[in-house]
Amino acid sequence: MSSAPAMRRPDEIGVPDPFPLMHPLMVKNYGAWAWHDRPRPGVLHHVAKSGDEIWTVRAGTQRQMDVFTIRRLCDIADQFGEGHVRFTTRSNIEFMVADQAKVAPLIEALGKEGFPIGGTGNSVSMISHTQGWLHCDIPGTDASGVVKSLMDMMHHEFISEEMPNRVRITTSCCQINCGGQGDISINVQYTKPPKINHDLVSKVCERPAVVARCPVAAIRPAMVNGKPSLEVDEQKCVCCGACYPPCPPMQINGADSTKIAVWVGGKHSNARSKPTFHKLVVANLPNNAPRWPEVEQVVKTILYAYKDNARDYERMGEWIDRIGWPRFFELTGFAFTKHHLDTWAGARKTMNMSAHVHF
Amino acid sequence: MSQDDSIRTEDDGVSSPLHPTPMLDELETGPWPSFVTGLKRLRDNADAQYAPMMNDLLGQLEHSYENRLGYWKGGTVSVFGYGGGVIPRFSEVAGKFPASKEFHTLRVQPPAGMHYDTDTLRKLCDIWERHGSGLIAFHGQSGDIMFQGCSTENVQPAFDELNEAGFDLGGAGPALRTSMSCVGHARCEMSCYDEVKAHRSVINEFLDEMHRPALPYKFKFKFSGCGNDCVNAIHRADFAVIGTWRDDMKVNQDEVKAYVARVGRKYAIDQVITRCPTRALSLNDDDTLDVDNRSCVRCMHCLNVMNKALSPGDDRGASILIGGKRALKVGDLMGTMMIPFIKLETDEDYENLVALARRMLEFFADNALEHERIGETIDRIGLPAFLEAVGIDPDPNMVNHPRTSCYVRTDDFTDEADKYFERKAREAGLNVAAD
Repeated sequence: MSSAPAMRRPDEIGVPDPFPLMHPLMVKNYGAWAWHDRPRPGVLHHVAKSGDEIWTVRAGTQRQMDVFTIRRLCDIADQFGEGHVRFTTRSNIEFMVADQAKVAPLIEALGKEGFPIGGTGNSVSMISHTQGWLHCDIPGTDASGVVKSLMDMMHHEFISEEMPNRVRITTSCCQINCGGQGDISINVQYTKPPKINHDLVSKVCERPAVVARCPVAAIRPAMVNGKPSLEVDEQKCVCCGACYPPCPPMQINGADSTKIAVWVGGKHSNARSKPTFHKLVVANLPNNAPRWPEVEQVVKTILYAYKDNARDYERMGEWIDRIGWPRFFELTGFAFTKHHLDTWAGARKTMNMSAHVHF
Repeated sequence: MSQDDSIRTEDDGVSSPLHPTPMLDELETGPWPSFVTGLKRLRDNADAQYAPMMNDLLGQLEHSYENRLGYWKGGTVSVFGYGGGVIPRFSEVAGKFPASKEFHTLRVQPPAGMHYDTDTLRKLCDIWERHGSGLIAFHGQSGDIMFQGCSTENVQPAFDELNEAGFDLGGAGPALRTSMSCVGHARCEMSCYDEVKAHRSVINEFLDEMHRPALPYKFKFKFSGCGNDCVNAIHRADFAVIGTWRDDMKVNQDEVKAYVARVGRKYAIDQVITRCPTRALSLNDDDTLDVDNRSCVRCMHCLNVMNKALSPGDDRGASILIGGKRALKVGDLMGTMMIPFIKLETDEDYENLVALARRMLEFFADNALEHERIGETIDRIGLPAFLEAVGIDPDPNMVNHPRTSCYVRTDDFTDEADKYFERKAREAGLNVAAD
């Protein structure tokens, strides 16, 4: 640092003020909205207490965008919208207009450029996802590729509102699960203990920190080939990969041993039932780039079992709560195995402590 | 700083051949916008400084697709004055793909609510074309704008320009992380507090914890305006601020009647009345709505369905839930109710929120073990000890039900009960969360 006396000190701005960027009608009616409806999938119509109205057109994006795509979206916003946009937490872009007459041309312009209009109401919105092979240092798969494949398959469900309730899907490239919880979650599931490069451990890893990181105390210091290293009790190891980020010589990924699992019934909204975590449905799906057809088939099966059988307003987990897990496995055709029985802390609370049985 | 200063970004006039990408090419078909097509646009913009980098990036990505393995490793890269905010990535296969040997990400905090105008977006694109790869993700899972793909030497100039344009780095590592807030007040009738004000007041107060990582582990705030929790605060935030109200919900009976007339009485009963989780709703014989507000838990379902007829009450604020996180290391933890109601209306109310945030951060900094999230700390020491440490009184809203285990020493039960009654008497209708 001392060799660069001209270094610029950062201006600690923090979270930028959104008001100069926000659509003026949203600034004007900030905190004073009355109600909204959805004239069609992908379009929201909000009415303020002042009587002002604003229309929002929501479009899907690929999230990882090149500057040309972003500028094209800006061109559309300038030419057909009113120059103000925002992004949703699921990487959809929203164009706000105060003039209803602009909605149809805006939709047409976005459609012409290949941006799907939808993601509102009872649709399958964009999958919230992680980085994967493009950028992460510990990925088991490429979330962008999985997401592209799945969104192609579910395109119709993004642009229409035909689901019983909204469907929120997530993917994650490792078991840290940065993608989060979802109605359906597609997550990497490792199946083999880490392969240790003993030549590198003592140079790269802070060994006590790695030992402390293991959730099942399966790692211990050891001398291997005369070098200080670490060893894993493979009987105890749950193959979670927690040791890999702090100690890259403990490679958890393998071309064939890194698998994908699909989970259902996660929900963060408090609407009706309390928020829930997702639950395991299928594990051991192959990490089959570039299109992951086996994963696509499983997601499709679950999605359409839900679409065909759930009642209005039931989220995935609420639907399963009503029909019961036996019926869920029957309807979807997946196997129920010993691996569906939780063994982690608090597992007993996931068991059926009653004589309530579904037949 | 990285020891590696040997990267050559100057164009030597020799363009390397394009890497074939047969597997990635398969991700260019289908109706959803393709990130691969975008990467190729950058690669094919031959005059741009990033074109060779993006060619090799595509080569490495294809290599990952073929071998089903990742090839990035971390390291240490930062900007002058800060310790965090840059995610360093060095290629493990730089021999084959030298132009993308350094492909760092700058995590940049978005405006609260993720609002942009096109001038700003264009400015961000221009900066990133000058210094980076031309690839930007809106947004990462913590809410950052992720400027992906930057050489070590370009990180500082890229940051300087982004910073001059009004943007600041976000969090990484054991630090306060970038936060998110829902659209809220800007365009939503359910919003129970000013999310922009809460988000900016809290995060901007603790920027030192973000920019100079010194906490035991990450700490995340998220701000949702109501129980619909559109930014997923309850699963993903150590400190979730979720809007709610204390008084009665507002009912426009004419609009209730109009709704019932439109959807039919059976549908209204099946999909609204009986879906109330606490049986607080009843449809009157004249198709107006009867609400038992003391039983209502503000779940939002009936308001969502009949948003023209029902709205939150006037006594608004937020619930604070602490300790949400994913699996590492003790298993998933849901944010749990810590402050059932904190009023958020006046400047002083928002100062109370910031004070509460400070107490939580200070507790976390002082008491959490290395790599332990606050939810895990609470599990380790027990909720009573945590409450005592942060000065919060026990409240029945914190539990699904009182304890079922008899293994507890209760010899001071009477004293504790006296405190409860004293507190109730003192409150006399006033609820001060951050006293």
